[in-house]
Amino acid sequence: MSEEEDEIILSELDDEELVQQMFDDLYDGLKEEIEEGVTILLDRGWAPYDILTKALVGGMTIVGADFRDGILFVPEVLLAANAMKGGMAILKPLLAETGAPRMGTMVIGTVKGDIHDIGKNLVSMMMEGAGFEVVDLGINNPVENYLAALEEHKPDILGMSALLTTTMPYMKVVIDTMIEQGLRDDYIVLVGGAPLNEEFGKAIGADAYCRDAAVAVETAKDFVSRKHNSLSA
Amino acid sequence: MTRPADLPDDTQLTRDGVSLAQGGRILLVACGALAREIVALRDRNGWDHIDLTCLPAILHNHPERIADAVEATVTARRDAYQKVYVVYADCGTGGRLQDTCARLGVEMIKGPHCYSFYEGNAAFAAHDDEVTAFYLTDFLARQFDAFVWKPLGLDRHPELREMYFGNYTKLVYQAQSDDSALTARARACAERLGLAFERRFTGYGDLERTLADWAGSGPSSG
Repeated sequence: MSEEEDEIILSELDDEELVQQMFDDLYDGLKEEIEEGVTILLDRGWAPYDILTKALVGGMTIVGADFRDGILFVPEVLLAANAMKGGMAILKPLLAETGAPRMGTMVIGTVKGDIHDIGKNLVSMMMEGAGFEVVDLGINNPVENYLAALEEHKPDILGMSALLTTTMPYMKVVIDTMIEQGLRDDYIVLVGGAPLNEEFGKAIGADAYCRDAAVAVETAKDFVSRKHNSLSA
Repeated sequence: MTRPADLPDDTQLTRDGVSLAQGGRILLVACGALAREIVALRDRNGWDHIDLTCLPAILHNHPERIADAVEATVTARRDAYQKVYVVYADCGTGGRLQDTCARLGVEMIKGPHCYSFYEGNAAFAAHDDEVTAFYLTDFLARQFDAFVWKPLGLDRHPELREMYFGNYTKLVYQAQSDDSALTARARACAERLGLAFERRFTGYGDLERTLADWAGSGPSSG
């Protein structure tokens, strides 16, 4: 960021300029600036849900697109995500109070033997940003953890993540166990992680493979709306 | 371990790989990260009938490119040799390299990755308490910045360290050689990542046993 840009006073910008500046700040991974922008918009009477969707998710959508196009790389995406997390931390308690729309619930976790959670955390954050309630089971989850969380939270979606080729087959263990217990059709199962692909997702019996967080959100919305349509038909 | 005379430096092995042909009848198509070790075994065992082509070691960071790169090299070079072997483990290709080698009719080294075959696949598989271990080999200890620190952006954004390594607890340096300077370097890598350090001497493990089979002679006792 140039010195000239450093001198921008966020509070002096009108709403439209401020949102544009927040897009830039998210892109540059500037957490404090994002927190300040969120606070300013709240002070101006913006609804928390509007700040989340218009400023934060809007900015992260640009980051996600540039990541997919090879313009941004993982470190830059992580910095942007960290900045968004700062804004989310302010908004999250307010979202519940203000009755923001809920899209559904997702239980998500990295599979047994795998401790990698960067992708999973990005998906969790973007799903929350899209209005889903997310129950994050963390890393290294045996099948029992998933089943207990399904029982407890009754989510619409189960998400599983793996970074290693040695651990991704465990997703099939979870899905097969769900089939054995007659639970599989009760949930939308989405899988993701660097070594996976669509073919793998199909082979293990997932509903969809999601190549990145943005695709995960779109896929989740699509499946949930189909589920609701089929229930109301 | 000093660098054999006919090998380029690690930077070139990382970026470009190397081809060492001396008119042998067996060709090894290998990862550049294994070049020093393979040449050391070749020289120690007098395997003069073995030629070596190493692909750029940095493919380690792009496993989706390995199978195609191996196939191109095997296809281009195989007519000049009686036998071609692939010195890659699965290396994050998710079975794709195995499928490619099967289709080409060439054998590859067994195991999920070099950390496993250096320690011995059976011994490595027996660890059920190392989910949180991050491994370095001799090569990766020397090339830590090129393979870990810079690609993850930690040179520019050290604050990301926790996001990448917060779930790890220790760095296991799998030593192929006895080299106190390299051990100190590996220990420094662990400190930079904020991890506990463990040195585990593996020697060449299943790499030596496999190459000896392929070369048609038993492992050296030396």
